[in-house]
This record gives sequence, structure tokens and C-alpha cells, in this order.
Amino acid sequence: MSACLEIRNLSAVLPNGQRVLRSVSLAVQPGEVRALVGESGAGKTMIGKAVLGVLPPSVRIVEGDMLLEGEDLGRLQPKARRTLIGARTALIPQDPLTALNPSRRIGSQMTDRLVRILGWGGDKADRRIRQLLDEVQIRDPDRVLKSYPHELSGGMRQRVLIAAAFAAEPRLIVADEPTTALDVTVQKQILRLIAQLQREHGTAILFVTHDLGVVAKISQKVSVLYAGKVVEEAETAALFAAPQHPYTRALMAATPRYTDPYASLKPVDEAVLAGLAAEIAAADQAWRRPHG
Amino acid sequence: MDEGRARRRGVSPRLWLAGGWLLLALLAAIFAPLVAPQDPLAQDLMLERLPPFWISGAEPGYWLGTDSLGRDLLSRLIFGGRIAFIVAFAAAIAACLVGSMLGLVAGYFGGWADLVISRIVDVWMAFPPVLFAILLVAVLGTGLSSVILAIAIIDWTRFCRVIRAETMGQSRMDYVENARIAGHGRIGIMLREVLPNVVPSIVALLSLEMGIAVIVEAILSFVNLSISTDDPTWGGIIAEGRLSIHQAWWVLVFPLITLILTVLSFSQFGEALKTRFDPVLR
Repeated sequence: MSACLEIRNLSAVLPNGQRVLRSVSLAVQPGEVRALVGESGAGKTMIGKAVLGVLPPSVRIVEGDMLLEGEDLGRLQPKARRTLIGARTALIPQDPLTALNPSRRIGSQMTDRLVRILGWGGDKADRRIRQLLDEVQIRDPDRVLKSYPHELSGGMRQRVLIAAAFAAEPRLIVADEPTTALDVTVQKQILRLIAQLQREHGTAILFVTHDLGVVAKISQKVSVLYAGKVVEEAETAALFAAPQHPYTRALMAATPRYTDPYASLKPVDEAVLAGLAAEIAAADQAWRRPHG
Repeated sequence: MDEGRARRRGVSPRLWLAGGWLLLALLAAIFAPLVAPQDPLAQDLMLERLPPFWISGAEPGYWLGTDSLGRDLLSRLIFGGRIAFIVAFAAAIAACLVGSMLGLVAGYFGGWADLVISRIVDVWMAFPPVLFAILLVAVLGTGLSSVILAIAIIDWTRFCRVIRAETMGQSRMDYVENARIAGHGRIGIMLREVLPNVVPSIVALLSLEMGIAVIVEAILSFVNLSISTDDPTWGGIIAEGRLSIHQAWWVLVFPLITLILTVLSFSQFGEALKTRFDPVLR
């Protein structure tokens, strides 16, 4: 069986030639949750955007392939690529406040993709949306569907977005730090909801996060990213049991623990960062040689 | 924030006052032949420079007095409103269509489209607007349609700049990216996702622009470059009033008051509409 998403050797550069993604390879099997973990600026979100075809215009992919269910996205015409991405993927965004159009009612925004892209009838789309709203435990769908986004709380909006993401039965969902913009009590519910819907629908998820606690809860596999480079990749359980790369170990040491709430927070060790910098410089040099 | 919300939710006196004056002036202009007490063109040298009704020497039926040719000032103001409103609506809508469309394209697509449109706007705005208008009317010839055309040609940039900036802000929002991922085309996203969010600004600008069009039309008729027929215009009445300011101040003051009230009402009405109907502010 081919992977749901396969990224091979993906490199992307800024206009000044700096690499923001450094030969990234990873695969997400059908129905699997793959976490992408790293600090801000490590390129986690960039990978998600690359897959969904919404990289900022300044970032250019210079090398590598992305295969969505075996179809090479790079070889498709732009229009065909859009349609394929639209039909098989979805995004659960980071910020539910700006991810819904403020001037349109929730209902029309949710049915939009089903009706206009997938060509469903209005009734069928409406039934589907209501079913999903029920699954994300929204109890008054009539009110919600008629609401404008600003009439709903952040947690409610994120539920709506989750329901919308699952509605078209995508094979792959990119969840871009879906709990970061929410407050802590809501975070937990949302995370549980995503995990539950993921199991029930069997959707593969590329889960972008900086939170190792979230990684442990939701994912089966992890890729640890630093400066656009995958420094370690493993089964989640194995990674937590025996982290191989010094950076991974340092990240884990830097995570605050409930068992010792008064311990001061530890930053990632200088020596580890120096080692990483050397590793990346060497990789860049090796990469540049054949690429001029 | 709370105070702002309370103010918005209550009846906005701004909306009602401005809207009320505009409605009154508009109805008077539309039904001018029915409501005007006199024929605005009828001269009567026996009745020249009659003062307004509260000053001794006034004649009944000439509420705001008469000008130096004995024409009824109120009737002339009412008929002048016709030209003012026609120009206001036609010129503002034309400027709005052109400017908003270009602004939307520049703001949403960016890149070359933005570069070209923005440079044109920069060059356009370097022209002094009133002189530009006078020049245009001189070239196009006088008449109602050239006045409308001249105002639209000059003032589309106002819409273009504001709508471009608003569109750029909206285009960076995640909901636009979401629509991209869902597979919608770019033009569709521009019209269905972005446009509704800039409509409140377009409405406010449109109303403001109507006020500006009234002023520009008045300026053009003041310098005798507006419509060339005998139909009264506010600018024309002001120009005549200026000549007889010492003998009949009312001929200058009343059209000025009418003009100021109308322009102010347009701008206030637009702002009030925007705060009332913006889904985010509401």
C-alpha cells in the first residue's frame, strides 16, 4: 500500500538563497498521526503549507517530490493539483479567529467546499455538516450554522473548523498547532476531539506542534525538526523511551513537568545547539556542491 | 470597548440626522416642480433682493428671499438640488466601480498588477484635483455628463487606494488560505471571500465621495464650467450671491449652508452606515 503522503528530499529556499527546508523526507501512512515537532521557525508550518500548496510566494521549492496517495504533486498542472489537494486534504488551522470569513455565516462556509468543489447537492451537504457538528459535540447546530464567526467563542470556532476539515472525508489533514491559540482548558477538549474523529474516520494527520506533551498524546510517529532539517524520526513511544539525537534529549529536558513544578525551566544546552549548527553547516555544504 | 458597543447598539443620532437631511433634500429635488413655491427661472424686477421671511420687507411665498433678478431663492435651491444629486450619485458610483475594482485586483493579486495600478494612482494623485477637473471639463466640454465623467476620472483613486489596502489586509487572513486549500479559484475567492469584507469600507467611501462630488460640481459651476443651461446649480447661486453680498447676503449664505449640510451629511451617513453594518464591529 502506498503512503498517504510521502515527502522526499524536499528543499525550499528564500530569495536570498537561504534554505528554509533542508532535504526533508517523511511519510505518513494511511490512518496514521505523524507529529512534526520543533521550535518556532524550525519549518514545521512550512512543510504543512508546502503539502497544501500555499507556500508564501517568496519561498521556492528547489528540490524534492511530494506524493499525495502516490500522485506526484510536482508533475500535475496547477489546476489539477488544486483540485486534488482540495479533494483529498484539509487544514485545521492554528488561529480559529482568522480562519473563518467574518462576513459569511458558518453554514455557508462549511458547505462551500462540499457543494462547489466536490459537487454535492445542497441537502446532502447540509446533512453531512450537521452530522459532523454532532460529532464535534455542538448541540445547537441550527444556531451555529446561522451564526457569524464573531458570535462564537474561540473553542466553538475551532470545533467548527475541525468539523469542516473532516466533512469532505479527506485522506490527509494538516493540523497546524490547532490548540495553540486556545486557552488551556479548551486545548485538552479540542485535542481529544481531534484524536477521536481521527480514529473514527481513519484519517491520516500531519500534526504540527511545538508541544511534546501533545506529541505523546496524539501521534504514532514523530519527526523532530531543527532549522528545516529532520534531526530525528521515530515511533512516538520509542522516541520518548530512548531519544537518540542530543537535540531531542535537550528538548525533552526543557519540557516543564508536573511532577516537579518548582524546577526552573531549562533552555536547550549551548553545546547541543553548537553541534546542531555544525551539523547543518556540513549538510548545507554537501548540498551546495552538486547544486552550484 | 464596552462603551463603544453600547453606542453602536443604541439608535445612532448621527445616522438619523444625516440620513434625515439627505432624504429631505433628495425628496425636495425629485419633486421639485411640486414643492418649489415659485418658478426658479421667473425673473421679476419688482421683487429683486427681497429678504428672507423674518426680516421686514419680505413677501409671502418667497421664504428665503430673492436674488438680484427677483428669482425665488428657495425654489432655486430646490431645483439646484436636482443637479447636485444626479452628479453625486452618478459620479460617485462610477468612481467607486472603477476604483474599487482596480483596488481589489491590486490588493489581492499583488505583484505586477499591484505595481502597475499603484504607480498609475501615484501619478494621478500628483495632479491638483480642482485644476484637473477644470482642465477635463474644458477638454470634454461643459454639460452634465462631462461633469460626471470628470469627477469619476479624478476621484477613482480615492477608492483604489483604500480598497487596495483593505484587500491586502484581508488577503493575509487564514480564511483566504483555507479557501485556496479547499480548491477555489483565485478570482472566485477575491469576489466571494474578500469582497464582502471590504464592502463596509466601500459603502462609507461611496457616501463620502457623493459629498465630494457635490462640492466639485459646486466649484465647477462657481467658475461657470458646469452645465451651461439656465438650470440653477448650488455653485452657480453661490457665484451670483458673491456679487451681491453687500446688498443681499442671503443669496450667498443659504446655498452655502445647504451645501455644507449636504456634504457633511453624506460623510457622516457613510461612517454611521459602516459602523452599523460591519459584521465585526456590530
